[in-house]
Amino acid sequence: MPQADLIITTAAGLYCPAGDFYIDPWRPVTRAVITHAHGDHASRGHAAYLAAAPGAGILKSRLGDIDLQTLAYGETVAMNGANVSFHPAGHVLGSAQVRIEVAGEIWCVSGDYKLEQDITCTPFESVRCHTFITESTFGLPIYRWRAQRDIFADINAWWQANAQRNRTSLLLAYAFGKAQRILAGVDSSIGPIFCHGAVEPLNRVYRDAGVPLPETARVSDVRDKSLLSTALVIAPPSAQSTPWLRRFSDFSDAFASGWMQLRGARRRRAVDRGFVLSDHADWPSLQQAIEATGAERVIVTHGYVAPVVRWLTEHGYHAGAFETRYGGEQDESEEADDAEAAVKSDVEAIAPG
Amino acid sequence: MRKFAALYAAIDATTSTRAKLDALVSYFREAEPADAAWAVYFLSGGKPRQVVSTKLLRQFSAQLAGIPAWLFDESYQAVGDLAETIAHVLPDAQRASDLPLSVWIEDRLQPLRGLPETELQHRLHGYWSELTREECFVWNKLMTGSFRVGVSRQLVTRSLATVSGVDIRRVAQRLMGEWKPSAHAYLALISQDGAVADLGQPYPFFLAHPLEIPPAGLGEVGQWQAEWKWDGIRAQLIKREGQVFLWSRGEDLITDRFPEIARAAADLPDGTVLDGELIGWQAERPLPFVRLQTRIARRALTPQVLADAPARFIVYDVLERDGEDIRERPLLERRAELDKLLGDGADATLFAPAVVLAESWDALEKLREESRERGVEGLMLKRRGSAYGMGRRRGDWWKWKVEPYSIDAVLVYAQRGHGRRASLYTDYTFAVWDDGELVPFAKAYSGLTDAEIRKVDAFIRTNTREKFGPVRSVKPELVCEIGFEAIQASPRHKAGIAVRFPRILRLRSDKPIEQADSLRQLQAMLNG
Repeated sequence: MPQADLIITTAAGLYCPAGDFYIDPWRPVTRAVITHAHGDHASRGHAAYLAAAPGAGILKSRLGDIDLQTLAYGETVAMNGANVSFHPAGHVLGSAQVRIEVAGEIWCVSGDYKLEQDITCTPFESVRCHTFITESTFGLPIYRWRAQRDIFADINAWWQANAQRNRTSLLLAYAFGKAQRILAGVDSSIGPIFCHGAVEPLNRVYRDAGVPLPETARVSDVRDKSLLSTALVIAPPSAQSTPWLRRFSDFSDAFASGWMQLRGARRRRAVDRGFVLSDHADWPSLQQAIEATGAERVIVTHGYVAPVVRWLTEHGYHAGAFETRYGGEQDESEEADDAEAAVKSDVEAIAPG
Repeated sequence: MRKFAALYAAIDATTSTRAKLDALVSYFREAEPADAAWAVYFLSGGKPRQVVSTKLLRQFSAQLAGIPAWLFDESYQAVGDLAETIAHVLPDAQRASDLPLSVWIEDRLQPLRGLPETELQHRLHGYWSELTREECFVWNKLMTGSFRVGVSRQLVTRSLATVSGVDIRRVAQRLMGEWKPSAHAYLALISQDGAVADLGQPYPFFLAHPLEIPPAGLGEVGQWQAEWKWDGIRAQLIKREGQVFLWSRGEDLITDRFPEIARAAADLPDGTVLDGELIGWQAERPLPFVRLQTRIARRALTPQVLADAPARFIVYDVLERDGEDIRERPLLERRAELDKLLGDGADATLFAPAVVLAESWDALEKLREESRERGVEGLMLKRRGSAYGMGRRRGDWWKWKVEPYSIDAVLVYAQRGHGRRASLYTDYTFAVWDDGELVPFAKAYSGLTDAEIRKVDAFIRTNTREKFGPVRSVKPELVCEIGFEAIQASPRHKAGIAVRFPRILRLRSDKPIEQADSLRQLQAMLNG
């Protein structure tokens, strides 16, 4: 006799009836279990928060003085009838998968995750479960990442070449997570590193959590402007084409994101370089992660939901979908419902020219 | 292939003309002539026909990637480009190959045509496994005949002139017409020898820019020659050693499409090259452009087709006279040569209409208002002292068109764009009112800024009614002002009319759809 579902969707978000709590809810609730501190997963206004301990600093810096309880990775807490624990998701500092066990039935909510290790967060750990709720941001076979050391070699070479021409290297990357991963991965002997005001406070939180990052300073605190000409400057994507850029006399710009895999996206961004560096699982990693859970049932959330569900179904899984409001890696990203087999258009060309 | 793919990547990664030129120059300095020849061919817009059908490419690549056809199609929808989709789904290269470009083309690509399916599959799987993703993308582009990269033919010409030290005009002329890539042809292209390649070789066309400022900004009206701007096919007419060649601006040889022009040109002296416009002409008036198109489109030029769209060649410049290249001489002198050559034969098949004379810009502007009645698009302004340039150099030739027709229409269908616009909804179909119903009448792709495109894209995604494959029907709510150059009756179209060069002039978010224009208003323009 199959048990009742441990997680269901509600207007406020994913809900665990047995434990009476929500996971990454988007409307204010009494008890919120948070996978990680990105804005689409950790929202304001909940009465009580539960999160993995390494994420506490980030959550507080982003959400202010919240009622936050934390657990170490692997530590279990009983919430009503459910045993809840956090397990590393390898996405950003403090990111976690949520494992829920009720009377021997185990479900796991992935949040956002990636399998490749980097030193800014605890590496992904697979959780054995009956039902796995997985993200699918890059759930198409066109998304296969190159190893990060190759990407960092490209970034270093670009920075080096710019520095030789006395040209600032402006790298656009999300302020929380991606920016720190880049800081930890680049060769800081090439030149000084400066950050936009939206990035620098998060660097501090990472350092406080014990993540070794190279020395950085706010761009606005740089007295000797000549230092900028050989510097790597990290700024959030929103800084692109704003007056903030006027301080750099000559610069080359680049954008670091999984979306940069596609030529069309690179061209739309209109930057000199696109570095394909993502904090999400690519297509092979999604398969690998799902298989490792041993789950028979997989529920797919935010991303390329329909194709991933169909692929899993064809591979013998009991697969379904949850609709959520999570954005995944933000871009002008594809809608999930957008993917239908191409049927020849029956709308004819109307006019010549 | 490796170096060519790297050149492609270097050009594609920058918007700086300087950086592109540098990349081209360093490629051509290193390249073997046989490879350089193919690079010239592809970079300057050469497109061999597709050698393997899209259907088979999808099938073979999905197979090699180990994914079902539906998942390949989903991927293609997300990427918006077949060559790139294939490059992304295929497994990584197993062994590196650094065969030269010419071998990839001549020994590998060209022999694919017409092979049986199993053999094709075998060869393609082998070739693909030798290529990195970047190389694979370029190879796929070459196979599908859709190779395009952001360099102009002129920039390629410039890089060749830089590498060889040969005058850029000479390189440009040698590259015109039907240039067939080979090591020999490449060496001839950059040779210091004086010989002009070919009897039928045209000169590069000089192109005009739209005038975006009031003409008074150009200085004295007396320094400018004004001509009516005809809506036809830009062409170059060559008579050398008893032979006649007619080239379109797209560099197609179209002599046999216009027998009446060829006959008239036979009377020209040898060593004559004329620049002008092919135009359909009947009853003292130019015919609409679409009528002239039948002369290009129909396979057989029956007497009926010839009678329906009789053509004339309106000449406005002479580039070669008595075998001498006179492009460097001032327009004023070339015009005098032209008048000497053609005289005042106003009803002849080849004729040079008188220039438009006016004493002031105001007077010229008044004359320009007659454009629609005369069946022309407006005026051309050419500096009297100017040489006949090359390509799109700014400053000496301006097109000063009349304002386009415009109408307020409602967005009803949308489709995703390609390339830079892949995954955004950028191709729109617009409708006007007819008896309480919205009738589609035009498709428009251009005219919006990137920010506006994003706005409209978001609107479409949240207001979709139905999906037909890549096309969505959209809740009628968004009104746009649509501009177009010409309009004519067309029984082939649902609305019964066809417009030329439709584009979006602006979003009319302020207008409710009830206030959009009607088919009746379009029909009224037909007679206007």
